Amino acid sequence: MIERTPIFNFICYTILALGLLIALLPFAIVIIASTLDLQAVNTVPMPLVPSSHFWDNVREAWVRADLGNKLLHSIIFAVSVAAGKVLLSSMAAFTIVYFRFPGRSLIFWMIFITLMLPLEVRIVPTYSIAANALQPFQAILDVTGLTWLIATVFRLQVKLEWGLLNSYPGLVLPLVATATGTFLYRQFYLTVPDELAEASKMDGSGPIRFFVDVLLPLSRPNMIALFTIMFVWAWNQYLWPLLITTDPKFGIAVTELKTLIPSEFGLPDWNVAMAGTLIIMSPPLILVILMQRWFVRGLISTEK
Amino acid sequence: MAPISIRNVKKNYGKTAVVHGVDLEIASGEFIVILGPSGCGKSTLLRMVAGLEEISDGEIAIDGTVVNQLEPRQRGCAMVFQNYALYPHMTVAENIGYALKVSGISKAERRQRVEAVAKALSLEPYLDRRPMALSGGQRQRVAMGRAMIREPKVFLFDEPLSNLDAKLRIAMRAEIRRLHRRLGTTSIFVTHDQNEAMTLADRIVVMNAGKVEQVGTPEEVYHFPTSRFVAGFVGSPAMNLLEGRVNETGAFVYDQGRIIPLPAQQGQALAGQRVVLGVRAEAAQLVSAETPGALPATADFIEELGASRVVHTDFDGLPVAVALTGTANCRPGDRVGILIDPQAIHLYSADTGASLAAPAAARLMPVEA
Repeated sequence: MIERTPIFNFICYTILALGLLIALLPFAIVIIASTLDLQAVNTVPMPLVPSSHFWDNVREAWVRADLGNKLLHSIIFAVSVAAGKVLLSSMAAFTIVYFRFPGRSLIFWMIFITLMLPLEVRIVPTYSIAANALQPFQAILDVTGLTWLIATVFRLQVKLEWGLLNSYPGLVLPLVATATGTFLYRQFYLTVPDELAEASKMDGSGPIRFFVDVLLPLSRPNMIALFTIMFVWAWNQYLWPLLITTDPKFGIAVTELKTLIPSEFGLPDWNVAMAGTLIIMSPPLILVILMQRWFVRGLISTEK
Repeated sequence: MAPISIRNVKKNYGKTAVVHGVDLEIASGEFIVILGPSGCGKSTLLRMVAGLEEISDGEIAIDGTVVNQLEPRQRGCAMVFQNYALYPHMTVAENIGYALKVSGISKAERRQRVEAVAKALSLEPYLDRRPMALSGGQRQRVAMGRAMIREPKVFLFDEPLSNLDAKLRIAMRAEIRRLHRRLGTTSIFVTHDQNEAMTLADRIVVMNAGKVEQVGTPEEVYHFPTSRFVAGFVGSPAMNLLEGRVNETGAFVYDQGRIIPLPAQQGQALAGQRVVLGVRAEAAQLVSAETPGALPATADFIEELGASRVVHTDFDGLPVAVALTGTANCRPGDRVGILIDPQAIHLYSADTGASLAAPAAARLMPVEA
């Protein structure tokens, strides 16, 4: 619907401006607060004019929260999760779309249903598996009586153990499966004309060749969009890293933010906390800004 | 170059049979066109030869080897698709050379062969472009180049010209013909366009509803259609078909009681049977309504074809097309008479559609391109 009356335009712009203001206000407060000194940030009301202590606060936050280390952990973590998700979902969707095998749609719908099971819902079993990744196999051995059999025959106690706590695999692996990504990729593959697959068959390439030579390059916008979304999502993960990184040396930036928040009886240096917040939220922001052109194209539709 | 044998090939999708037992022997170097309406199974048959569809029953042999169980790449076929199916993210050179890259041929040799093919198809200026930046005809040529580069035993064309405009289609038709003459590769070309079939084919295979109706040279198919379906499908305008019966005196009686004389021998033999009478537009003659023996009709509209004109008449509610030759003229709505040359009459069984009688000696008439 296209309306071209000045009054309607005015109303539209007012609503948009209001929305923008509401969205940007907290952000503005964070930026302003991070430039104030301890005294100014604690006056009521807080001054809305930026001051000159920005770099002092940033330095203080950087040192106190060990951000050099934690940001590196965060970047490794978020990049691995995002890349893993792209890889896994592109391959899963490839199998579902291009191969005919029994149970194909059942598997697809099972993947799809996991949309309803976010990490928070299954956090206890996921944690217990991360603590010992071989536990399910141990359980199978126990239930089938094999443990008992081996114990009686060979006098050996079977105890499988592979702990993933405080390690990158433990942080990353439980998060790489993604129903959203698989679905996004499936929709993309369905728009790729069948003749392309047939032409590459006639050209003599097998399925893996077709996947690598044709599908992956074609899905680049899709890939970038998915990577960007998943990077931001992984970067903002709080609960899972908090649970799995019990070693204080191994934490990631977002969980580390807590150490900057003033304690009840401590110094109320919110300016430093805000400076830390600003540092920690900048990497995903930069990524989104860099990728936004691709990002939008990948989500809207496919090139024809 | 390789002969192809198709022996009693069938295709079923579940319980629906799409191709009901096709037998076809294709000689080495022959250009075969499979012609038929949409949904007659012609593309399915082609795709079974290519290896893109499984063969439900029967066997296909290329160059003496039964290929039923072979992968497409092992069959030595190259295919040109209707929508070209070029890889959109590769340049023209990469598109053409992809098959060579897959088979692990060195970069230098690849470039050499791509350039040779590009030269043959005058694609040299476009080698670095993406398919998006090409016109329809150029894309079509890239698709052909991609098929040619592998020097296949068999070329398969799946309606490759139907996305082009009329002028380009004729140009590409000539190009394909020239290419075939030069390379001499056995080719199977699927189309629903009879002009393409007529101009390209060494032999035409007319298919209908999953069955082969007739196999023959373009002249045979045009002048001696062996079934009612072929008669009604091939030729533009299609053959006029009137259903009626042959009376005791051996003349054809159309349902309204109008009588068309038949050649004496044929008429006698078929006395009493229900038949379909077929006559080509150019074998009928438009005369004045008063001419004795002429069938009365009303001119409906006139199709101007440049070199010739075709009058579509209304013959008791049934459309009959008559070629207008020389200076004869008429206007829509005119009462006219149609004279049919008894020697040019085809007769088909009304029940089975099989040919009962064909003109003794068909005058060889120019085939319309």
